[in-house]
Amino acid sequence: MHYLEIDRFTASYDGKEQVLVDVSIQIAKGEIISLIGPSGSGKSSLLRGLMGLLVPQSGEVMLDGEKVDYTNRKSVKALRERLAIVFQQYNLFQNMDALRNVTVAPVKIRKRNAREVEEEATALLRKVGLGDKLHAYPDELSGGQQQRVAIARALALKPDILLLDEVTSALDPELVSEVLDAIRILAAEGMTMLMVSHEMALVREISTRVVMMDRGRVIEEGSADRIFDNPRTRRCQAFVGKILSH
Amino acid sequence: MGGSLLEQLPLFLSYSNVSFLAQAFGVTVALSIVGCVVGYTVGALLAFIRNRHVVDVLPARFLSVGFSETFRRVPFLVKLMVVFFAFEVVGMRVSMFTVTATTVALAAAAFSAEIMRAGLEALPESQWDAAESMNMGGVMSLRLWALPQSWKVILSPALSFTVGLIKSTSIASQISVFELTYAAKVLNERGFSPVLSFGSLLVLYFLICYPLNLYARRLERQLERPRGWKSGAPLLAESEAA
Repeated sequence: MHYLEIDRFTASYDGKEQVLVDVSIQIAKGEIISLIGPSGSGKSSLLRGLMGLLVPQSGEVMLDGEKVDYTNRKSVKALRERLAIVFQQYNLFQNMDALRNVTVAPVKIRKRNAREVEEEATALLRKVGLGDKLHAYPDELSGGQQQRVAIARALALKPDILLLDEVTSALDPELVSEVLDAIRILAAEGMTMLMVSHEMALVREISTRVVMMDRGRVIEEGSADRIFDNPRTRRCQAFVGKILSH
Repeated sequence: MGGSLLEQLPLFLSYSNVSFLAQAFGVTVALSIVGCVVGYTVGALLAFIRNRHVVDVLPARFLSVGFSETFRRVPFLVKLMVVFFAFEVVGMRVSMFTVTATTVALAAAAFSAEIMRAGLEALPESQWDAAESMNMGGVMSLRLWALPQSWKVILSPALSFTVGLIKSTSIASQISVFELTYAAKVLNERGFSPVLSFGSLLVLYFLICYPLNLYARRLERQLERPRGWKSGAPLLAESEAA
């Protein structure tokens, strides 16, 4: 059985214009699914929709065999305890240092022991290469460093699935590799991930499956090699042809 | 009372006059403190209600907007009359001090709600998304990161507004509240030169307002970068205390 099953999921930002139309994706534990597609195709919206940040209109999301009811606060809360998201713009709390950004949710929301959480958070920040920046504030960190803090913050919540929303798109080119390395470490550790990325080398390297989206719909799905080497739909051929020619 | 300013000065500075002005000064300060404490508290609540991330109840939001928009657009004297007659209509016999303090609170609530709303809306929407996706509720968000970050946007205009509000309390002299302006008028009517009566008023208002202006400027510099949530001992102490 799949751990996360998205079945004909349709959602909008304002309850009117649909940004996701009948999206169906299944994710098993340990899988890394990459969402690719042109800007505005609904990739980021799908991640936001899954986290309950959009207005779902129809369809079904099953998490570990249980249906998620997005109209029910309790159900959404339970979902958010098992999924964590890293945003394109890091979204760190500017008044907290790196360590506090990572520990705040486990301590204040999950009510875990602060000493234990701090030890874990320190280890996580070291893992993403920020062992010397524990007490730096976001405005003292580069974009790449902030994004790595954001990844550590999401990991501190011990999610079953990590959602990564174009985590390198807002970075200067020389900072991209440090974030990609952090993702590679997670992939090697078997972290289940659903990621939106324009880093096609990374997508090809770590994805167990690639999902191509366009205009809010899934238009093709398959292994990375199959999607990149032998795309079936014309839209996917055009998109893959364009990005691989760069 | 005749004589030059220099001749009037010793009598103007007599114990009874100074004590008379000091009492009025106390009333102005008390009106400002009571009105601002109550007003800013209500204003903060109204701003929180208006923020959809904190309270997601549409009628409450409308109520907050309605209150703030209405009372921000009404002159202080009109608000004073509204409060005065409102107390009469509900049959409450209250002192003029209470009427004025309520008016100050009403003005402070309406304006501070708007100032705080703007401060909270200045924060990137994406931080609310991040908080929400971690199951961090609106009230906790306000306490942990939203207010600490928005103070720098809120405090400076709030202190400037407070200075304006303190000056507005002088209008209470119209309904015979014994505050600074009223006291200066009485001294003037007793024959003291307007230069002395209203000059002392100028000095006393300056003594209240100037330190607030200096404080606002200092805060602006201090709050340039939000700080104060370094991890470590305080976090551990909080958790262990819990």
